[in-house]
Amino acid sequence: MAQVSATAQRLKSGWSHRSAAVGAILAMSFVVLTGAPAIPQPATANPPSTLQETGLYADPVTLQVDSAHLAFAPQYPLWSDGATKRRWISLPPGTAIDGSDPEAWIFPVGTRFWKEFSFNGEKVETRYLERRADGQWLYAAYAWSDDGREAQLVSVRGRRGAYPLAGGRSHTIPGVTDCKACHQGGPSEILGFGTLQLSSERDAGAIHAELQPEPHVDLAHLVDRGLLVGLPKALRDAPPRIAAATATERAALGYLHGNCGHCHNERGSLQNIALFLRHRAETTGEPALASTVAQPVRKPAPGQSPDAVLRVEPGHPERSGLVQRVSSRSPALQMPPLGTELIDDEAVRLLYRWIEEKGASIQQAHANAEGR
Amino acid sequence: MHRALPLMLTTALLIPTAVSSQDSAGVQVKRGEYLVSIAGCHDCHTPWIIGSAGPEPDTKRALSGHPQDVTISAPATLSPPWSGAMNPTSTGWSGPWGVSFSANLTSDPETGVLRDFTEQQFIQTMRTGRHQGQGRPILPPMPWPAYGNMTDDDLKAVFAYLRQVPPVKNKVPDPLPPKQ
Repeated sequence: MAQVSATAQRLKSGWSHRSAAVGAILAMSFVVLTGAPAIPQPATANPPSTLQETGLYADPVTLQVDSAHLAFAPQYPLWSDGATKRRWISLPPGTAIDGSDPEAWIFPVGTRFWKEFSFNGEKVETRYLERRADGQWLYAAYAWSDDGREAQLVSVRGRRGAYPLAGGRSHTIPGVTDCKACHQGGPSEILGFGTLQLSSERDAGAIHAELQPEPHVDLAHLVDRGLLVGLPKALRDAPPRIAAATATERAALGYLHGNCGHCHNERGSLQNIALFLRHRAETTGEPALASTVAQPVRKPAPGQSPDAVLRVEPGHPERSGLVQRVSSRSPALQMPPLGTELIDDEAVRLLYRWIEEKGASIQQAHANAEGR
Repeated sequence: MHRALPLMLTTALLIPTAVSSQDSAGVQVKRGEYLVSIAGCHDCHTPWIIGSAGPEPDTKRALSGHPQDVTISAPATLSPPWSGAMNPTSTGWSGPWGVSFSANLTSDPETGVLRDFTEQQFIQTMRTGRHQGQGRPILPPMPWPAYGNMTDDDLKAVFAYLRQVPPVKNKVPDPLPPKQ
C-alpha cells in the first residue's frame, strides 16, 4: 500500500512527463487481461477468410478432404497439450520438393500445409501455411465453429480461450508473430515435414506417436513417386535415425528434436546459446548430447532453481536445468515458451528415465574401469 | 624507398576506410542515444531519485534497471478503479501480471541483460515481445509493441548505443507472479 501511496503522491506532484509510462501500464494491463499482444506482421497476401476456401476439402459440406492431398504424421510430434492432430500437404501438380539440403527442404511455390487440432473429439482450430510466389510463407489459423461445420480466419493476433484445458487454463490459437517465433527459428520454416520426421525407420519408442495415415508418407514414398528429389544418396540408402546408446535415449533425443529443435539449433538466431537439440541428418554424433550432457547452464531463467548447474546432469534429472524447464509452466521458466499450457508429463517421465539411465551407465563404466 | 611504396599506398587506401567506418559507428551510436532519450527508456530502466527540483533519473546508474537492494516481495494491493502501481524508483511495476522489474540494459558482462543478445535477437525481441526474440514473454509495461514499429536501422542504433553504455553491476530480481 505504501507503494501505491508513493505512486499517487508522485503523480499528484505534477510528474506529467511520465504520462507515457502510466499510459503504457494501463494499455499493457489491457493486453494482459484481454490477450491481445503481438505486432501484425506484414503478410505477403491476405489469407482466405474461411478454411474451406484454402482448398482443403473436396466437399465443403461433408468436409471430405481432397484426396489429392497427402496425409502425414511426423514420428516425433510436437506436444500441444494433448491435442489430436491431423496434417496434410498439397504439392502443385508436376512439382517436387528439393531435398538437396536435408536440413532445409525447398518446397515449390504453391505448396500448402494444414494442421488440424482437436480436443476430446472436437475440432478447435486448423493452421495453414502456403508458399507464395515471392517465396514467403503465408501463415493463417482458422477457428472452428461450435457445431464443427465451418472454420473462420483468426486475427493475426491469435485468440485466447479457444478451448478449456485442465487447471483453469485454456488453449490459445497463436498469433502470427508467435507462429513465426518457432517456424522461423531454424533452417526451415516447415517443422514436421522433414528428413528425420519422415524417416522410413520410425522410432517405436517415440512418445505421443501417431498412427501413420494412409498412404504412409515417408521418405521412400516421396522419393519413389518423384515428389522429393535431390535427397543425398546416403539418406536414401539408409533411413536417418538418431544415434543413441539406448532406446530411451533415442526417444528422448527425438522428443527434444520435435519439441525444442526448431529454436535450439545450429543455424537459427539462437545459435549463440550453443544448445543444439535438433538432430542433423548428415553428421555423426548427436548435437543434443554434446550440448547438454554435463554442460553448464549458461544463464539461469527467472525462477530457476540454483541447484541446476548443468543442463543435463547424469543421474540427477531433478537438478538438470533442461528438465526443470520442461517441467514448468511458469511463464518465465517454461519450455517450450509458447504453444503449450500444460506440462507434458509423459515427456518429463521420459527425460527422467533417460538421465537416470545415463547416470547409471556412467557409474557402470567407472566400475568396469576400476575393476580392470 | 620504392619497396615502401606499396605499403604506403595500401596504408593510404585503408585509413580513410577505417576512419569512415568509425564515423559511421559513431553516428549510429549517437542516433541510438537520441532514440533512447526520446523513447522514454530512462523512465523505467534508470532508477529515479528525488533531486533538488523533484524526481529525476539517477544518471550515475543510467539504464541499470531495478536496484538489487530495493526489495519488493509482493504485488501492490489495489482497489478499483486502480489496476497498476509503480515504486518510487520507477523500476518496479505491479499489475495484473504480477510485479515486473526493469532490466539492466548496461554493458555489464555479469548482470546486463543484453550480454547474450545478438543484434538480430534484440530486433526480434522488440518485434515479438519475447526474450531474445523467441523465449519467455516480456512483461508489461515494456512498450515493445510501440518499439516494434521502429525501423531495423533505428533498432540497430538503439542496440549499438546500449552496448556501450557504461557498465553498472546490478542484478535485477526475478519477476513476481500475480496474487492468486
